[in-house]
Amino acid sequence: MLSDFLIALIMLTNFSLVTTSRINKSIQFAVLQGVLLGLLPLTMGLWRIPHIVLLAAAAVAVKGWLIPSLFRRALQQVKIDREVGPYIGFSASLLLCALGTGLSMLLAHNLPLKLGTANPLFVPASLATLFTGFLLLVSRRKALTQVVGYLVLENGIYLFALLLVEEMPLLVEAGILLDLFVGIFVMGIVINHIRVAFDSIDTRHLAELKD
Amino acid sequence: MILFGLAVLLAALSGVPGLLLRKRGGEVAAGMLSLAAVFGLASSVWTLYGGAVWTQGLPFTPLGSPGLLRFDPIAAFFLIPVLLLAACGSVYGVAYFGDTHEGARRVRLLYGLTTAFLALLVAAAHAVTFMLAWEGMAITAFLLVITEDREPETQRAGWIYLIATHTGTLCLFGAFSLMASTLGSFAFTGFSSGFASTGRGSLTFVLFLVGFGIKAGIFPFHFWLPPAHAAAPSHVSSIMSGVFLKMGILGLIRLLSWIPDPPLWWGGLLVVLGAISGILGVAFALGQHDLKRLLAYHSIENIGIILLGLGIGTLGKSIGSVSVQVLGYAGGLLHVLNHGLFKGLLFLNAGSVIRGMGTRNLEQMGGLSNSMPVTAGTFLIGAWAICGLPPLNGFVSEWLIYLAAFQGLALSRLPWTVIALSALAIIGALALACFAKAYGTVFLGQPRSAEASKVQESPRAMRGPMVLLAGLCIALGLAPVLLIPALDRLVSSASGVQALPSLAGFAHLGLLSAMAALLLGLACLCWRWARPASARKDVPTWDCGYLAASPRMQYSASSFADGLVSGLRFVLWPQFHFRRIAAFFPTARRFHSHVPDPVLDRVGAPGLDLVARGFTLLRVLQSGQLPLYLLYILITLLTLLIWMVA
Repeated sequence: MLSDFLIALIMLTNFSLVTTSRINKSIQFAVLQGVLLGLLPLTMGLWRIPHIVLLAAAAVAVKGWLIPSLFRRALQQVKIDREVGPYIGFSASLLLCALGTGLSMLLAHNLPLKLGTANPLFVPASLATLFTGFLLLVSRRKALTQVVGYLVLENGIYLFALLLVEEMPLLVEAGILLDLFVGIFVMGIVINHIRVAFDSIDTRHLAELKD
Repeated sequence: MILFGLAVLLAALSGVPGLLLRKRGGEVAAGMLSLAAVFGLASSVWTLYGGAVWTQGLPFTPLGSPGLLRFDPIAAFFLIPVLLLAACGSVYGVAYFGDTHEGARRVRLLYGLTTAFLALLVAAAHAVTFMLAWEGMAITAFLLVITEDREPETQRAGWIYLIATHTGTLCLFGAFSLMASTLGSFAFTGFSSGFASTGRGSLTFVLFLVGFGIKAGIFPFHFWLPPAHAAAPSHVSSIMSGVFLKMGILGLIRLLSWIPDPPLWWGGLLVVLGAISGILGVAFALGQHDLKRLLAYHSIENIGIILLGLGIGTLGKSIGSVSVQVLGYAGGLLHVLNHGLFKGLLFLNAGSVIRGMGTRNLEQMGGLSNSMPVTAGTFLIGAWAICGLPPLNGFVSEWLIYLAAFQGLALSRLPWTVIALSALAIIGALALACFAKAYGTVFLGQPRSAEASKVQESPRAMRGPMVLLAGLCIALGLAPVLLIPALDRLVSSASGVQALPSLAGFAHLGLLSAMAALLLGLACLCWRWARPASARKDVPTWDCGYLAASPRMQYSASSFADGLVSGLRFVLWPQFHFRRIAAFFPTARRFHSHVPDPVLDRVGAPGLDLVARGFTLLRVLQSGQLPLYLLYILITLLTLLIWMVA
């Protein structure tokens, strides 16, 4: 029951993510989504298994504290204006996101998966989150918001992986978390370099690098 | 077996001491390779003249069946040119590439490695062993071709070679997979009768033919050969032409030995390809100004002759005529050895000339027979042999092929034999014209440039291998009768398992030897008798009373061949660049002519340019916008997901 609620919240954050016009806010929403995801395994009645509890704690720590602090540092370094700067307008994004969510419901219904005991909302929610992440990646201009897109994309993958949480070894989950952390860390550096090179973090400038 | 193993080991390691030594690395490598050649030739001769065939399992089992080496008469026979030419080339290389040359160590190392791969390749009896050795050979050969990699021409030749050889490998992968799916194993065993007539059998044959044809330089696939042979150092060209091309023929022989009942069109196709390669090879050789390119086109011609022999032998197998089969295979296979000997020799001669002249351009040479008597003499023997003139070795093998074709014509009245006969006749005549041009321009007349008048004879290390190979050309020409037992074993091994009558019953090689000896004696007598007692050697040719005739007024290589090149204009399409002289007192003018390669320059390069231009249209997709690329991924993912569900 609680997990249904959390999943609903996660899907709501998807919608909020595509409509916020402030970089600050979209980062906060992505972090919120990460924390909700980190808590999700505990609500699935798995809190007696020690390695899953450990993992949830690590996920909350990385997504709720480490990554936001990296973002904050990046924001301070690049001194950018706060607007997201989308290629696609907010209402259009919202519509697309809704469309994607509907499509993922449809797909999840028809996918030949063996779900077993897991919550039937997991697959549509993870597909919807993946789709939202992609939408953010494709439609946002600033490098920082693109990193948010990657983060949301990864959240979708993490949600999908939760289907297998009981079978998956600790090492794999920890590896995914480490991967995410290093990815964000490197992107923070890359963003700074983009700003130094082009005096802006607008990724349109990167087209100049094409041969 | 121990001898063969020692030979491979010695060859593979021959370049290693040179890496450590500061001096004399070349001598060590040459010594080791010569020792390897002695061991390997001993085991070859032993197997060919009645010794047992041995099989050696390798310590790995790729794809389900043990990797194998099998030293049968085919392997023994092909090992002879491999080790002989490699040893000659390494001795030659000592002087050709001194210790001071920057590429010397690399070339020595690769030379030994490539020899070892070749030796393994001839004995391979499993598809995986075969492909390993094949690729090892191809890649070491690529590295040898690009020895002088600062020249843009060499880089281009290297790339073309690499692309060609890998295309061939791709075909071989397909062919071996088909073979394995038919036989159930990657080990080399015969196909059952009836397989060759099926569609799968035809596909296997065509794939093998293309794969091996690219390596052998059969006509439409020969395009990599002239640039690569011209770009490589001469002792490398010598084994490339003498040995590497033959590995394609080795593959074809192996294939033919697996098929008990080849359909008639297989032999027919081989004969037609042989005729095309032979005639066009020598025709394009006529139009070349570059000595090594000229020799490279002659390699294509000789591969054509070998194919004619094999094709007629296969026809004989199809129609069940033993005499045609034995004569055809014996002629084709003997020509493999003969071509290795005289083409290896000619490339060594070319290297000697090029080392002295500093250029490969025929138009700047001339009169070298005075300053380089040994090179000139051995070149003459090589040219004589390659033209198929008696009493040298080239004649013996071409004669056997002629006999096979006449036998086939008499027995079956197949049109293929007529094609083979007329092609052989045309090739012989054109080859004679081409070598008259090459020998005449390089060695006779007056020097055409300052370099040509200052040339010195090459050092002894280079002369030795040339004299040895020339001697072998003469020996095989005078005493082919000694080869009969070896050829008998070889031919029955190449035909599969069936027992065949001896070659001696179909071709009177003993009589040929006697006639050759008689002819040679007579020629020597005539020469002694006709030679004036005291001829002054420094007098120029009589110039018909013209005043101030200069060496530039001699026939050049182009003008000598012009009659034939113009006559063959419809195949060769020569290009001339000049401005017609109209004024009475013209200023200096230039004339330039060349014959582009029909496949590489007329089809390959423009075709690839067109393809490249087509691909630039796709660059619209590469906008440089990261979000757009992500959008592509998203669209692909969504399409795949929906496709999976729907």
